[in-house]
Amino acid sequence: MKKDIILCGVGGQGILSIATIIGEAATAAGLNLKQAEVHGMSQRGGDVQSNLRLSTDVIYSDLIPMGEADVIISMEPMEALRYLPYLSKEGAVVTSSQSFVNIPNYPEVSAIDAELDKLPKVAKLDIEQIAKEVATVRSANVVLLGMAAPYIGILSTDELRGAVARVFERKGEAVVEANLKAFDAGVAAVG
Amino acid sequence: MKRLLLGDEAIALGALHAGLSGVYAYPGTPSTEITEFIQGDKLARERNVHSRWCTNEKTAMEAALGMSYAGKRALVCMKHVGMNVCADAFVNSAITGCNGGLIVLAADDPSMHSSQNEQDSRFYGKFAMIPVFEPSNQQEAYDMVEEAFALSERLKEPVLMRVVTRLAHSRAAVEIHDAKAENELSPETDRTHWVLLPGNAKRQYAALIEKQPVIAEAAADSEFNRLELCEDEPENKTGVICCGIGYNYVKEAVGNTMNVLKVSQYPLPEKDIVALAAVSENLLVVEDGQPVVEELVRGMLGAGYPVYGRLTGALPRAGELNPDNVAKALGVESNKVYDPSPVLAGRPPQFCQGCGHRDVYNALREVVAEFGDKARVFGDIGCYTLGALPPFTAIDSCVDMGASITMAKGAADAGVHPSIAIIGDSTFTHSGMTGLLDAVNDHSNIVVVISDNLTTGMTGGQDSAGTSKYEAICVALGVDPAHVRVIVPQPTKVEQIKEMIREEIAYPDVSVIIPRRECIQTLARHARQKAAARKQ
Repeated sequence: MKKDIILCGVGGQGILSIATIIGEAATAAGLNLKQAEVHGMSQRGGDVQSNLRLSTDVIYSDLIPMGEADVIISMEPMEALRYLPYLSKEGAVVTSSQSFVNIPNYPEVSAIDAELDKLPKVAKLDIEQIAKEVATVRSANVVLLGMAAPYIGILSTDELRGAVARVFERKGEAVVEANLKAFDAGVAAVG
Repeated sequence: MKRLLLGDEAIALGALHAGLSGVYAYPGTPSTEITEFIQGDKLARERNVHSRWCTNEKTAMEAALGMSYAGKRALVCMKHVGMNVCADAFVNSAITGCNGGLIVLAADDPSMHSSQNEQDSRFYGKFAMIPVFEPSNQQEAYDMVEEAFALSERLKEPVLMRVVTRLAHSRAAVEIHDAKAENELSPETDRTHWVLLPGNAKRQYAALIEKQPVIAEAAADSEFNRLELCEDEPENKTGVICCGIGYNYVKEAVGNTMNVLKVSQYPLPEKDIVALAAVSENLLVVEDGQPVVEELVRGMLGAGYPVYGRLTGALPRAGELNPDNVAKALGVESNKVYDPSPVLAGRPPQFCQGCGHRDVYNALREVVAEFGDKARVFGDIGCYTLGALPPFTAIDSCVDMGASITMAKGAADAGVHPSIAIIGDSTFTHSGMTGLLDAVNDHSNIVVVISDNLTTGMTGGQDSAGTSKYEAICVALGVDPAHVRVIVPQPTKVEQIKEMIREEIAYPDVSVIIPRRECIQTLARHARQKAAARKQ
């Protein structure tokens, strides 16, 4: 069994933290994992993405071939569209519904929504609002991870939840609690 | 025990576990994380392994050679273009040979994710006539470092290790072992190897040539090179030579259904290539970077044997390999379903909100506009290269580390006025100081702006070699102290900066303006560190 996941967003939105949590869960579950990251100049307000591959078998390529991603997890709706050629036929898109506009030629929001709504499996929510309600806005990326949990499949929701707790452990109990609430809210929102 | 490591981190830990005594490096994507890992490692701290950043790749290479001379194992790391900076020391280190194991790590950036070219460092290995290692995955990177140090000490030659962005910045679980002890201090005693006067150099070069068959044999017997022939004759009669991470894309696409030769150590294993050619109708060379191997294999097999790769268009001539272009070259159909969305805009990187470089460019472009189309601004390598993009569109060139000052000087020599250079603090100490001395000696009519954010910003905020020394350096190089001017770049001071630039343009000799304010990324990080320290 294998799952190919593309994480994307705008530099600074916290996609690498999502990758760290899934990576921690995968390692604890004894899965093979490869995770290609973007470092350097592209982090500064530009588009960023990370390829995350989980499998019970050997994984060769660090990059996901086109048409094979099971899930696109995106912190920004237009960024989700950027990786469509990588999405598999039955693949899911889990994305924040809120646009991050830092370029003059950002497309019409309604056009982005229309593109996303054409896809067979889409979960699209205002993750910042949910995070604000249950924890703090900084946990928005963990809300998104909770929303993606059912689509990740190869790891159970409990395994991912456990990894959230472990990854934030050294930041203290309050931060762990806030992120668990954010995760649970994400799971509940799509459930 | 297994650890989840970036390719860069696997190299760093492999080196530490092989008994490393010092890493020498200047930050450069995608190599930076090697040195950063060692800086943060407990064992490295306990052993006092050298890991402080160097001023540039040449000083790094020479210091590493000095540590090797003393009998210890040393690693020098850089991005591919850093090889150009240290090339003098690098090539001559193959002539002197080494004492303690010496690995030169070059991180290439095919597709230029964060670089100005995609030169292939394997050429440098061939040029210097030394062994080259090219790991295919994170585990191999970790294991290979130990082997590379051992081979370096057996041959008494430095070895080159080449990685590419996709390995450097990709994470996987790596099986690790215990750390070996460091080498004892044992400085070289034979001067004739090291004093490269022509008489000695000729003897040393002859010795290097004599080692070539041994170097070739090491690659032929290497555990990292492997001819994988199918049990039954494969349907597809193409044999595939897979270099470095090219192997992964080939396996991803065709599994075990084709005959392949995996290459991760050079010189090329000629016997294996001939054997693969003998059981194939043609060969496909899958290599990331430039067609180094493709050319060599053509030479090896002669004109009659068909060899495909980047030169024939089977793979793209430029840009990195990926699972899609390799699958296509192998005739494997893509599973792609969705075309790129038409509702999509590019999102290039940009200056952080609150960055001091913004204020410098806001001032600079307005003053430049006052001179019609006469003024030119020569840029350099760093975050501030983003000044080339809208809304600033404020620089006219960006070529290599330090070129802003020297190009401004040359243009001023030719009659361009105003001729302005803009360079970051770390880039200035890396390669700008010598150019400034040339300009001072020539009384060049230039304005040099050293945009000082107290760090090496673009690579993530590493220490900058000249911090707190810039005025002193400029004055010591001969710039008139009255024309070495410092200002804090912030939105309320843009008018003041503009006036300062106008005044220094009017001064008909070298002047230096230093807008100085800490990078907001490192400022935030330092604040977090302070807060954390207070909690404890």
